[in-house]
Amino acid sequence: MQRTLTLTLIAAALAAFASPASADAPKLTVYTYSSFVAEWGPGPKVTPVFEQQCGCKIEWVSVGDGAALLSRLKLEGAKTPADVVLGLDTSLTAEAAATGLMAPHGVDLKALKLPIAWDDANFVPFDYGYFAFMWDTQQLKDPPKSLAELAASGAEPKILLEDPRTSTPGLGLMLWVKAVYGDKAADAWKGIAPKILTVSKSWDEAYGLFTKGEAPLVLSYTTSQSYHVMSDKTDRYKALVFPEGNYMQIEVAGMLKTSKQPALAKQFLQFLVSRDFQKEIPTTNWMYPVVDGAMPDGFDASAPHAQKTLLLAPQEVATHRAAWITEWLDAVGQ
Amino acid sequence: MTLSRIGLVLAALIVAAVLADYAALLSGATAADLAALLDDAYLRRVIVFTFLQATLSALLSLGGAIAAARALARQSDFPGRRLILQFCALPMVIPSVAAIFGVVAVYGRSGWLADLSADLGSDWKPTIYGLTGILIAHVFFNMPLAIRLLLPAWATVPPESWRLAAQLGMSSRQIFRLIELPLLRQYAPAAFVFVFILCFLSFAVVLTLGGGPRATTLEVAIYQALRFDVDLPRGGALALLQTLACLVLVAIAWAAGRRLDFGRGTRLGGIRFDGATPGARARDFLAITLAIGFVALPVAALTADGINGLLFARLDAMALLKAAGVTLLLGIPSGVIATLLGYPIAAASDRLRARKPAVIVIGIAGLAGVIASPMAIGAGLMLGLAGRVDLTAVAPIGVVAMNALLTLPFTVGVLRPAVARNHAQYDRLCAGLGLSGWNRFRVVDWPMLRRAIGLACGLASAAAMGDLTAIALFGSQRLTNLTLLLYDQIAEYRLDSASGTALALLALCLLVFAGIERGVGGRQ
Amino acid sequence: MSQRAFLEIEGLAFTYEDLVMRFDLAVDAGECVGVVGPSGAGKSTLLALIGGFETPLAGSIKVDGRDITHLPPAERPVTSLFQDFNLFPHLSAADNVGLGRDPGLRLTADDRAQVAWALGEVGLAGFEARLPGQLSGGERQRVALARSLIRNRPLLLLDEPFAALGPALRAEMLELVDRLRRAQGMTVLLVTHDPNEAARIAARTAFVSEGRVVMFGRTPDVLGSSEPVVRAYLGER
Repeated sequence: MQRTLTLTLIAAALAAFASPASADAPKLTVYTYSSFVAEWGPGPKVTPVFEQQCGCKIEWVSVGDGAALLSRLKLEGAKTPADVVLGLDTSLTAEAAATGLMAPHGVDLKALKLPIAWDDANFVPFDYGYFAFMWDTQQLKDPPKSLAELAASGAEPKILLEDPRTSTPGLGLMLWVKAVYGDKAADAWKGIAPKILTVSKSWDEAYGLFTKGEAPLVLSYTTSQSYHVMSDKTDRYKALVFPEGNYMQIEVAGMLKTSKQPALAKQFLQFLVSRDFQKEIPTTNWMYPVVDGAMPDGFDASAPHAQKTLLLAPQEVATHRAAWITEWLDAVGQ
Repeated sequence: MTLSRIGLVLAALIVAAVLADYAALLSGATAADLAALLDDAYLRRVIVFTFLQATLSALLSLGGAIAAARALARQSDFPGRRLILQFCALPMVIPSVAAIFGVVAVYGRSGWLADLSADLGSDWKPTIYGLTGILIAHVFFNMPLAIRLLLPAWATVPPESWRLAAQLGMSSRQIFRLIELPLLRQYAPAAFVFVFILCFLSFAVVLTLGGGPRATTLEVAIYQALRFDVDLPRGGALALLQTLACLVLVAIAWAAGRRLDFGRGTRLGGIRFDGATPGARARDFLAITLAIGFVALPVAALTADGINGLLFARLDAMALLKAAGVTLLLGIPSGVIATLLGYPIAAASDRLRARKPAVIVIGIAGLAGVIASPMAIGAGLMLGLAGRVDLTAVAPIGVVAMNALLTLPFTVGVLRPAVARNHAQYDRLCAGLGLSGWNRFRVVDWPMLRRAIGLACGLASAAAMGDLTAIALFGSQRLTNLTLLLYDQIAEYRLDSASGTALALLALCLLVFAGIERGVGGRQ
Repeated sequence: MSQRAFLEIEGLAFTYEDLVMRFDLAVDAGECVGVVGPSGAGKSTLLALIGGFETPLAGSIKVDGRDITHLPPAERPVTSLFQDFNLFPHLSAADNVGLGRDPGLRLTADDRAQVAWALGEVGLAGFEARLPGQLSGGERQRVALARSLIRNRPLLLLDEPFAALGPALRAEMLELVDRLRRAQGMTVLLVTHDPNEAARIAARTAFVSEGRVVMFGRTPDVLGSSEPVVRAYLGER
């Protein structure tokens, strides 16, 4: 029994190590974040579809999260082996473009159905979502009904946040507050501060603590509710949409100037906005698709939509991010 | 080439590699950049906080470990002692996110402690977010490790000394003051430094349990600089600052440490007469129960969640098996290589102890895996290797090599005192008999050192099995170990499955650790 | 036995691995008794039992009529000296001796004077500050002897304490023990491998074999006995 188990483990691991049989098919190297290519992520579902279309091989390289992607690109510079980078978001695109490594995609984006106009020549959006506070209905009777209520004085209810210095949702909330309050953002943060139970390194810790019941509110996405409704079959956790609007996150992909497979890269970017790719996104990445007709049954109704879409221009974010983080640190208290 | 010369060369290579790495990061920086860092009020606060939390964490971990290790040393017949010692290797491999969940499940606002308080009709609720939470988590991670690092100290005392103490009528307290404290002066500084550095580099735990951005360590600033801002000179400078701070502490600890040789005991251990009284037994049992209980409760919470996850969550057995296989195939070779590197380095550190420059190089090499910021090492590697090496193609080798370096401090830390003792006792005999090289290793060193080698290899393998740094850096899609699987599962909201994965990792580590410790170290 | 012995050991039983031991012995006050016998016969165990480091299964140990069988080591009127490790390596000679006065080493001026006196008695005046590592093997054992002087217990148990020393030094140390015994009126049990050592200072000798005292009498008689175990032990067949 024990031996069988050991042998199975070794066989499985060897299979994992072994390079896939590489016929002479061209190879497309795609950098992405880790969970995209995880067993249940979109990666394994869309890879064979595209590989069949292009007669090529996708070599996925997973590097942590969106921020790690950008840093990896900057470190490798023009020597990067990546053809495509997938998984940056709108708070990072300006900086990614500023590296001069990105090539215009030239993809036809007419089919795009985003709540905002899209005119970035370097990046192709492939999904989007809204940051939102998730509410544990079993722990809290009356959730805050607006950002203003959250920013009003008082130390209850407790909320779990992510740190804008280390996490994308954390940065998202910072931008959200900025988008709503502008120059008064620091005052709003001073109102929020007493309710903060803790500020975690990444979404993982905050959401885990939330489901463990440490606090009734956590910063996540509206589509977190979709997951709980569709996959967990529970309506215990609800997303809160605020009258001031919810901040939007758009995930994008782009191709690199240094790519030796520009045609293939472009084909891949085009594939991202095809229905084949888009229909997998909602229930694997738990985000909204960017084209019509890709939403699975029930997904649209599974979570509330933002009443108003908030999004700061990427260039503005890139310019002010450091100063805004300092402002946030001062307001939240260090 | 003698063993110690090989050790010195290896150590020099390691130090050179780390220096090259830092140099790559810092190539664009000027002295003014470095000076500017120290002028930054935000950074000064961060540095002060980092030192404060690391010092407190290390003091508490060591304090608890000394009490528990002393009790374990005195009560050699404590039920389940061997299991307890194996258990001590576990917490350090727990991925930080799982450890946070485990700690919170017991000591958090809605944890077991809070439930107990409510059951007792009290409206007291534990509030751990803040320094308390950081300290709880760090003691959870490091006290068991410190127990393993400190316990060998007691075995170096010959039984005659305990007889003498009994004959002289020394009380337990007097024995502690006159025998054990001097003994700890030899072992505790190294253990303190080790734990201090691990806490100094701690990141996710500090931020998440720290209750707000006040709880920021230098590693957060490095992460921010290298990940979000990709400001290499600043990131490099911060990493250098962190490494220098650790080195200063190491130097202080070396200066504080004393070599103390009781000579060779006729047999290991020996009855502690002061531990035989009912009062002493009760106190020791209490110390062990409290210390182990403190650590075991979060592990129990993780285990309960894990069983639940494995039984009731969607279980993807193939993914779990594959990740377990990768974990084993990457972790064990890393541990073995770390041991193979650590042995000559430990030998060199004793043989060449009269030569200051050699001592410094060896000392730094032995600790390089913990005093160099993993983030900075990773960034430097990317800078240096991009365009030269296909990182994905060499991923398995790269991950093993990097983990061997990261776990080297464990093997050197365990082997150094054991090797030094062996040299002191048998060098003359071996010289007289003309025993050297492989023959000496086979006939003398291996039988005498195999327990230490087993412990070193077991600890390093277990630590490498919990790796996230290296595997995330190389990022080959085919290489997913259990830790990475766990993070991917959480990212996909599969927290239940992630609990199952955490349990699988724990069980696998315990098996491997116990297997190596017993297989290599032999039975008592 | 007309007069009650100083040290009375009756039916003292102990087992170590396969060896079942049972000791009986009666030693008079102020005498020096040699304990000889083959390796593994139980000589050291006998001393450990008297010293309180091992717990007997049965039997009794009396010193001056008082039953000490179940007393902890420190409360017995006994000082034990081992072959090695009699000193703590990190404490000075004076501190190592001083432990005999106060096991917590909180020494008064009077205690210090006593320590100096004891070191003088064993020929180590002025060695107070030396660490054991700076002393020769013989000097280390003298420090341990100085401590037994200062502890002032009537019974001194020596377990091959001079086995590691050269012949001249060994003779010197034996004389020192003998002199101290006479001066302090101590009773001494000396375990030794060397029949000459026993012959030199022990008026009587106990021969231990397979966990029993098989012969006890005047040293020349015991060593000259024609019993096969003794002859075999002495290497004569």
